[in-house]
Amino acid sequence: MELFSIFIGAFLVQNIILSLFTGMCPFIGVSKKASSALGMGLAVIFVITLSATLIWPLYTFVLVPNNIEFMRTIVFILLIATVVQFVEMFMKKYMKSLYKSLGIYLPLITTNCAVLGAVIFNVNRNLDFGGAVANAFGISAGFALVIYLFSTMRERIDTNTVPRGFKGVPIALVTAAIMAMAFAGFAGLGS
Amino acid sequence: MASEPLKAAADVVSAPKEKTNYKGLFTAGIWKENPVFKMFLSLCPALGTTVSVFYGFSMGIIILLAVTLSSLTVSIFGRFIPDEIRVPVLITIIAGVVTIVEMLTQAFLPGIHGALGAFIALVVVNCIIMGRAEAFAMKNKPMAAVADAMGYGLGIVLAFTIIAAVRELLGVGAILGIQIFPQQFAISLFALPMGAFIALALILGVITTIQLRKNDEKLAKERAEKAAKAAAAKAKAAGTPAPVGGV
Repeated sequence: MELFSIFIGAFLVQNIILSLFTGMCPFIGVSKKASSALGMGLAVIFVITLSATLIWPLYTFVLVPNNIEFMRTIVFILLIATVVQFVEMFMKKYMKSLYKSLGIYLPLITTNCAVLGAVIFNVNRNLDFGGAVANAFGISAGFALVIYLFSTMRERIDTNTVPRGFKGVPIALVTAAIMAMAFAGFAGLGS
Repeated sequence: MASEPLKAAADVVSAPKEKTNYKGLFTAGIWKENPVFKMFLSLCPALGTTVSVFYGFSMGIIILLAVTLSSLTVSIFGRFIPDEIRVPVLITIIAGVVTIVEMLTQAFLPGIHGALGAFIALVVVNCIIMGRAEAFAMKNKPMAAVADAMGYGLGIVLAFTIIAAVRELLGVGAILGIQIFPQQFAISLFALPMGAFIALALILGVITTIQLRKNDEKLAKERAEKAAKAAAAKAKAAGTPAPVGGV
């Protein structure tokens, strides 16, 4: 039950895009088409959950006992880059169809601040292992949900007339603001 | 290693063409290719840290420091980095620089470090830093790389300060903590997360509209000139003197 409330808190209430402002680059850049947004979202779920699962023991059993927490940025980013590379190679070999649909988004994920952000927020919360995995899964699922919903809205905006100066990114940000207001309604759920 | 920058500087002096370029390199990033307003990059801190002018400006300065230092380091060591593994090497260099900057802020400006939180560590994955390191610093001399990086860094400082000023003024009616109008008339929405999106959207919209207007005027002017020239040429070809009022 506690894990579920952690998951809901990360998934809807403290949404990584709409209230923590991480992962804006893919949120704006990869949300023009619903299919690519879904691909990006799924790839992010995969990478964030896997790297958070690996980073929790690394941080708790290696960095903290040796008093080298200040190295965490370097360690985390290298681990994320490795995970991304590994996932890409694994998918290419054993999951051909999934690789074909997610493949092009994987290299982009290393420099996606949502991944590093999720891992850092996760470590900052001082959760136990189960909680950390639930939190990471919630964060990444929240990312996937929001980017997918946003892309479907952007597809509709494209077919409508928008003031010239607001075409593209500005109107997308206004849409995001309205989404953020809607998501603020979840405040109070979860932990 | 100490001879590297000297040698590079000597190269630049011997090539007068590059000397004139510094100003162009430096100014390109500030407005013409402003990372936030024109390239829509580095939006996470632009939204997340711009609650007040003070924090927005501080975040901008931190990014400016990080991008300058990492571009300098990359341009010095760039030629030794094999092309196939350049991305992991660059990320490691940038992560090292950002860790140094983060520890410096933690030691000397603990208030700012506490308020900006994870966003300082997230500078590692800032697209501008990686982009400048890979697209420019790798292939250029240290001096040029620093000029280029400082331009983009100042562009970020400028953008963050503008966004933060709009948000602070509308959100709490103050700028840099100085009350401009009473707080009860402020729109507190702008101090909240969703206000960040709206503020940035409005600023981008205004900038784009002004730019489009300017382009329109320029196009209209060019078209008028072209038409006048064509008319003059036509008149000349016909053997009659060109109309005086045409241009």
